[in-house]
Amino acid sequence: MDIVISGLLLGGSYALIAMGLNLQYGVARIMNLANGELLVLGALAAFWVFTTTGMSPLVTLFAVAIVGFAGSWAVYRIFLAPLVRRSANQGQLEVDSILATFGMSFFLVGVMVSIHSEYFTYSFLASPVALLGTTVALNRLVAFCFAVLIGGGLYLWLNRTRAGLAVRAVAVSPEAAGLVGINVDRVSALAFAVGGMVTGVAGVLVSTFITLDASVGVIFTMKALIIVIMGGVGDIRGSIIAALILGMVESAVATLIDPGLTLASAYMIFLLILLFRPQGLFGRRAA
Amino acid sequence: MIFVSIFSRSPSFRSTQLCIHIFEIAAFFWLIKDFSCQYRIIMDTKLEIMIEMLISLTNWEDQMKRRNFLALAGLLTAGLLSTSALAADPIKFGVVSHLTGPLAGGEAVTHIPNIELWVQQVNERGGLSVGGEKRPVEIVTYDDKTNPAEHIKAVQRLAIQDKVDFMLSPYGTGFNLAAAPIYAKYNYPLIAVSSITDEIEELTERFPNMFFTLGSTSGFVDGVVSTLTKLREQGVLGNKVAMVNVADAFGIELADTARPKFVEAGFEIVYDKSYPLGTPDLSPVVKGAKAASPDAFVAWSYPPDTFALAEQAIIEDLDVGAYYSAVATAFPAFSKKFGGKIEGVLGAGGINPDTPAMQEYRNAHEEVTGKIPDYWASATYYAQLQILEQAIEGVGEIDQAAVIDYIKANEFDTVIGPVKFDQHNNSDRYWSVGQWRDGQFRAVADTGMGDSADPVAKKGWN
Repeated sequence: MDIVISGLLLGGSYALIAMGLNLQYGVARIMNLANGELLVLGALAAFWVFTTTGMSPLVTLFAVAIVGFAGSWAVYRIFLAPLVRRSANQGQLEVDSILATFGMSFFLVGVMVSIHSEYFTYSFLASPVALLGTTVALNRLVAFCFAVLIGGGLYLWLNRTRAGLAVRAVAVSPEAAGLVGINVDRVSALAFAVGGMVTGVAGVLVSTFITLDASVGVIFTMKALIIVIMGGVGDIRGSIIAALILGMVESAVATLIDPGLTLASAYMIFLLILLFRPQGLFGRRAA
Repeated sequence: MIFVSIFSRSPSFRSTQLCIHIFEIAAFFWLIKDFSCQYRIIMDTKLEIMIEMLISLTNWEDQMKRRNFLALAGLLTAGLLSTSALAADPIKFGVVSHLTGPLAGGEAVTHIPNIELWVQQVNERGGLSVGGEKRPVEIVTYDDKTNPAEHIKAVQRLAIQDKVDFMLSPYGTGFNLAAAPIYAKYNYPLIAVSSITDEIEELTERFPNMFFTLGSTSGFVDGVVSTLTKLREQGVLGNKVAMVNVADAFGIELADTARPKFVEAGFEIVYDKSYPLGTPDLSPVVKGAKAASPDAFVAWSYPPDTFALAEQAIIEDLDVGAYYSAVATAFPAFSKKFGGKIEGVLGAGGINPDTPAMQEYRNAHEEVTGKIPDYWASATYYAQLQILEQAIEGVGEIDQAAVIDYIKANEFDTVIGPVKFDQHNNSDRYWSVGQWRDGQFRAVADTGMGDSADPVAKKGWN
């Protein structure tokens, strides 16, 4: 039971980390290497507000969501949309967006180092909760609940609304979506902005139980990328399930075998999926 | 901002991608404006990287533009550098810092504020007396992104291009060792601080410019073993130890040294596991340790995991008579995060907060930098600066070889007390284990200091 619960909680935080990138990469076709930095920026905001004013990160979360959405929208409109317009094909856009967002990640690290170069660490809801015969940290549980809310919300939005339908259409084929009257540019910007919002919120939540610093973003980008590729690019369900699998496996290996092998086991699963289902769990085979 | 507009107006300018990089550079300039002199240089390096990237990214047909752009960027850089120049003929100190990357958080706590404090204090006094005149000191900093290869390149640059007069030691055992040959090649005195190793004798034999101040791996482990032994002798601790370590050179070396020493001292190791650096969830580790019902918990940990282990220990209510974690236990942020819950927690380092020199140093540190110094290597890093200062003034001229000889031959009066190096260039006086008591991290074990307090047992987490 220990394993299942802590695996679920860990998987929930992985899902939080990966959902934003999935929207950005899967729909807007921007391989956002600054994704992790954006997450750390959310964490920094939560830390900063908490240590200076004592305001709960759960309040900061809403501010970060709004700023994350608006900021990502602006970044897409100003810096990335021109790349999308001029790129002849998907490969070209991927290379361009990787380079552009790589530059942005440097910039964001510089900004964060100048704001707070030490560790972002504070105590919030760090109390034990008894859950089905095991103890878990309240902050992890709260983050998990938010992960469920956000994941569920995104899933409903994508599958039950008109806007969600348009987003899915663009994810499948931007060209065809354009032909049936969807404003691809707008939908891409929307997906990118929602992705940024989710990532920023994830940063706030993760910062309540993981100690971050200005330079740690790249680790989250890598983790998110692994999960997105495992789950299938452009599929929210895939990311959530891949994140849960990863969380479960890491927690099982840490408890049953050796905590030293968690990283190895995570990469092992990644490798297996790449070998046997290169398009990801829920991905479509490239045409 | 000027050149953004120049290029936006240019009709043949097609690469919109460039706009992003120009924006970044403009933003960097904006940042540089507010930065103190030591950060300026690193931003310039970043700028160079940006420009390099920029050129490699864009396939410009118009070569003229590229040259114009470079010239413009060069001019701006030069302008910035000239405005940052200090008064007449300063003594230049070079330091390669981890301003970004995995060790940046530790560097920002333990090293950077001390350099800032020392520069301010020395220049306030008018500088260092060399050759019959007072000369101010100036720091040249490069960021190595916590990358050894970058570190070595930056040291070379400091030596050859900036021609600095002296260098300050880097953060982290690995960096002090990896870069030792390059510091030795240019024969700068290198007083290693944030560096703990059992290879001191071999290293100083090969690199006679190198000095050690913070102790050896064995010394640190001995401190922990003797602390636990004392608690056992007081009758407040059993002999079952749970030990975990971060799977990294530092953690592995300490765990390997500790294993036989614990057994030798009559302790039984009931749990012994490692975890990868950056593990997001350490609850399985703490749960596993708790299940082995130990009397003492020892973690050879790094900063992010030191915080995470303590948080999990509180959540799991890991009831042990002694709880020890390594790096970052001595950070003020540790006590800020956990408040009174960490009363009695043991950790690497510790200081004697009662000496007048230490009190004066801590007050000045807080006043000048606005930060509380950590309770371990901060004071020793400041002592390094004091040793260099006294040696340079003692020699009376800028002569690296003479300064090395002077450091070998003399005793120095520092914030951590008198420092005298033995025949292996090692100062065998350091605190090794500290304990949080009433908001201060007081030394409870040491080598050669002799002013440690007696350890007490940890009584719960609340």
